[in-house]
Amino acid sequence: MELTTVWFSLIAILWIGYFALEGFDFGVGMLIPVLGKEEKERRVLYNTIGPVWDGNEVWVLVAGGATFAAFPEWYATLFSGFYLPLLLILVALIVRNLAFDYRGKRDDDTWRARWDAAAIFGSYLPAILWGVAFANIVAGVPIDENKEFTGNLFTLLNPFGLLGGLVTMSLFLTHGAMFVALKTDGDIRHRARALSVKLGLGTAVLAVVFLVWTLAKSGWEVPALILFALAAGSLLGAIFMAQQGREGWAFVGTFATIALAVAGLFVVLFPNVMPSTTDAAYSLTTTNAAATAYTLKVMTWVAVIFTPIVLAYQSWTYWVFRKRIGTQHIPDPIRDTVSA
Amino acid sequence: MDVLEIARWQFGIITVYHFLFVPLTVGLTALIAVLETQWVRTRKPEYLRLTKFFGRLFLINFAIGVVTGIVQEFQFGMNWSDYSRFVGDIFGAPLAVEGLLAFFLESTFLGLWIFGWDKMPRAMHASMMWLVHLGTLASSWFILAANSWMQHPVGYTFNPDTGRAELTDFWAVMFNKVQLVTFPHVVMSAYMTAGAFMLGVAAYLYMKEKHADDRPLYHKAIRFGAVVTLVAGLGVAISGDVQGKIMTEVQPMKMAAAEGLYETTENAPFSFLTIGSLDGSEATNIIEVPGLLSFLATGTFSGPDSTVEGINPLREQYIAEYGQDPGATYYTPGDYTPVIPITYWSFRFMIGLGLFAAAGAALILWMTRGGRVPSARWVGTLGISLPIALVLGNSWGWIFTEMGRQPWAVFGLMTTERAVSPGVSTFEAATSLIVLTLLYAALAVVEVKLLVKYIKRGADPFEEPPDVKLGGDDDADRPMAFAY
Ligand code: HDD
Ligand code: HEM
Ligand code: HEM
Repeated sequence: MELTTVWFSLIAILWIGYFALEGFDFGVGMLIPVLGKEEKERRVLYNTIGPVWDGNEVWVLVAGGATFAAFPEWYATLFSGFYLPLLLILVALIVRNLAFDYRGKRDDDTWRARWDAAAIFGSYLPAILWGVAFANIVAGVPIDENKEFTGNLFTLLNPFGLLGGLVTMSLFLTHGAMFVALKTDGDIRHRARALSVKLGLGTAVLAVVFLVWTLAKSGWEVPALILFALAAGSLLGAIFMAQQGREGWAFVGTFATIALAVAGLFVVLFPNVMPSTTDAAYSLTTTNAAATAYTLKVMTWVAVIFTPIVLAYQSWTYWVFRKRIGTQHIPDPIRDTVSA
Repeated sequence: MDVLEIARWQFGIITVYHFLFVPLTVGLTALIAVLETQWVRTRKPEYLRLTKFFGRLFLINFAIGVVTGIVQEFQFGMNWSDYSRFVGDIFGAPLAVEGLLAFFLESTFLGLWIFGWDKMPRAMHASMMWLVHLGTLASSWFILAANSWMQHPVGYTFNPDTGRAELTDFWAVMFNKVQLVTFPHVVMSAYMTAGAFMLGVAAYLYMKEKHADDRPLYHKAIRFGAVVTLVAGLGVAISGDVQGKIMTEVQPMKMAAAEGLYETTENAPFSFLTIGSLDGSEATNIIEVPGLLSFLATGTFSGPDSTVEGINPLREQYIAEYGQDPGATYYTPGDYTPVIPITYWSFRFMIGLGLFAAAGAALILWMTRGGRVPSARWVGTLGISLPIALVLGNSWGWIFTEMGRQPWAVFGLMTTERAVSPGVSTFEAATSLIVLTLLYAALAVVEVKLLVKYIKRGADPFEEPPDVKLGGDDDADRPMAFAY
């Protein structure tokens, strides 16, 4: 395989990791008003992702850095082009992260309500906008001969893009509900499970429409078709497992759905990285957007050695924090707060 | 304002802001790891109490370091897309490696540290913080390698076909001689800042009647912090001195600009203050030490070896070498001079604030010698001013380094003017500058309030964490040791 193809695949893997992991964090954040009926339940929700959300978020930082290194033109065109949506995502991520860290630092209802709002807003917005961005990348956007994006914010808000946003949002909601069902105990666990089934069914409808539309746009490529079919199948499997009370398998199911669907989108994209709707000749591809072979070689070595190590210790964290959390595990705020 | 100006303001504000939090993160992770290790070894309650107390302050600080870092990762693509195209081959690699090696390490093991008090044996818990510290060092290494390449490009060739700089030697970039002196200087100043933070907070609490019972505890923290400040401060001065010499070699204009030295001079003096306009028209420097600038730049005070090149001849030389037009809009054509008042004052503020902090630390160390109890009220105020001075000192150091490189973004290769995104509109750039600046200002208020609150509260009483095997006891209904 060409090194450029290797790096295209690695970047796909980084995005898969990001969406499959941060996806459930987003879901938990979005579900706070629905599942967190009272203060202790809300805190249960925050604590399910407490030890891991920061590590999950790093996947997108590495995806960004890897794109910079392996496909500088892609990084430059994408982030300067999708300027305002990216700014919104950054703002959302900032307030959301701080909500996790600062919410418990004062024993004051207004304070907590504000940070709840930040966590909810900060989870919805990126969950939608990443979908909008990816749908547009796959469908193509106006790019001129200087590899500059020539549209604006409204170029991206087309029906296909918006549907993409709805799909990621509902998929992450489902994934989050599955995660809560898997990680909690007591009443909230049962409510989360019931909700995950309902959300899953709604998501399945949206996702199938979106994936079929994507295939129609791309001329029914067979590998993508297979991946999308598998994604749809694992979503249905997940819903079935949740129905049966098999929370572990249900979560694996939505995890696989996200992974397969994102993989399918990258397959559709290849060998472009950002197709141009202005003129196909202006499209950014894995070859004309790439760094030199030497950079790719160095980076390949680094990735081959360190990615397994990262995967090993991240998995280990999930193992260390495998215990379910219930309201009985939430300490009372002592003297203003819990301590480090 | 046009996009370039807006983008420059944004870069300056966003990055300096990020770096307000970074030195404390790098330094405090090490000091906290030491304290916790001491607790594991000696089981003395005061070590655990200090670990938890400073751990909490550190986390409040870390949160902002992380969120502002996220913006850093993407702003090259947003505002500096032509820069990203030009150097992605070289600059992108350390950034990507930083994410893979450093950010994963920091975030994962910090999660384990925060939530892991009742999930693993004590010694293992302490090692989590060591791993976080390792992550911060790795992060500093790679990001500084990227920055050092901008100061002194090495290990690349310019490809005229693609118009890009292309990587030819990754190790040359990793072990750039600028990098080799920058890294120790930055890390030492981070330790110094964190030491002063520990010293200052402890001195403040020490002077409060309310915390009188805990005086022995804070006394210990004062001494530990002060020693770290002084030892690291020595490291900062030594590394800074070497850095000055390397800088003179690779960017002589920056050293000339640090003094506002217009003509090439032997035995060049260093002035502590000036009331002149610094445009070379009049010399009104105050308290000049003859030969000191020569010493900083070359290591000799006088004689032919002590020659420091001046701004005027350097400008002639750069025009001959790089042509008339490094960036015609913002810099007079052919003018390769950075903004002299900024380089002059930022260099002095950096050193001055550092000397002030070192002197303050030495004074407090002396006043608390042999278990002595200072009674003067100002000791607390002085203490708390030391970390503030160092945080500002760090910022001025960066302002000097980055502004002294202007008009270049990459020295000798690409001007800042050419680096900016061509496709971004003024509206977009202005929106992001305004939104981020206002957001950051609000965050600063929240963060300072929280820090003050938790400093005033002081260290919690000793509470022995459960001694458990890895993973915790599965069936326990005990409340979590830490919860959001
Ligand atoms: C509070 C922290 C602090 C203190 C007390 C000092 N510095 Fe510093 N200095 C920094 C914090 C810093 C910094 C913020 O960390 C910089 C910015 C970039 C870098 O490498 O370190 C810096 C840059 C920097 C540079 C520019 C390097 C370049 O652009 O290539 C020089 C020449 C020095 N320092 C020299 C010194 C000397 C001679 C000092 C005292 C004797 C000194 N610094 C104290
Ligand atoms: C790898 C690390 C860094 C990189 C790649 C980097 C890159 C840049 C770039 C591209 C510019 C050009 C923009 C401009 O000049 O306006 C710049 C300027 C600047 N940077 Fe750095 N920088 C780094 C680290 C830092 C840090 C840590 C600080 C401060 C804390 C800092 C402070 C500044 C300042 C103050 C300017 C000048 C802003 C201006 O031009 O008005 N830089 N840097
Ligand atoms: C201008 C270039 C820079 C970029 C693109 C950048 C990027 C980032 C990012 C994305 C994070 C967040 C990681 C997380 O979620 O844990 C971060 C944090 C960090 N950065 Fe920066 N950074 C820059 C400059 C610097 C410099 C010059 C240093 C050190 C000398 C530094 C040291 C750190 C450290 C230690 C952290 C982790 C701790 C904290 O967040 O406070 N960074 N940076």
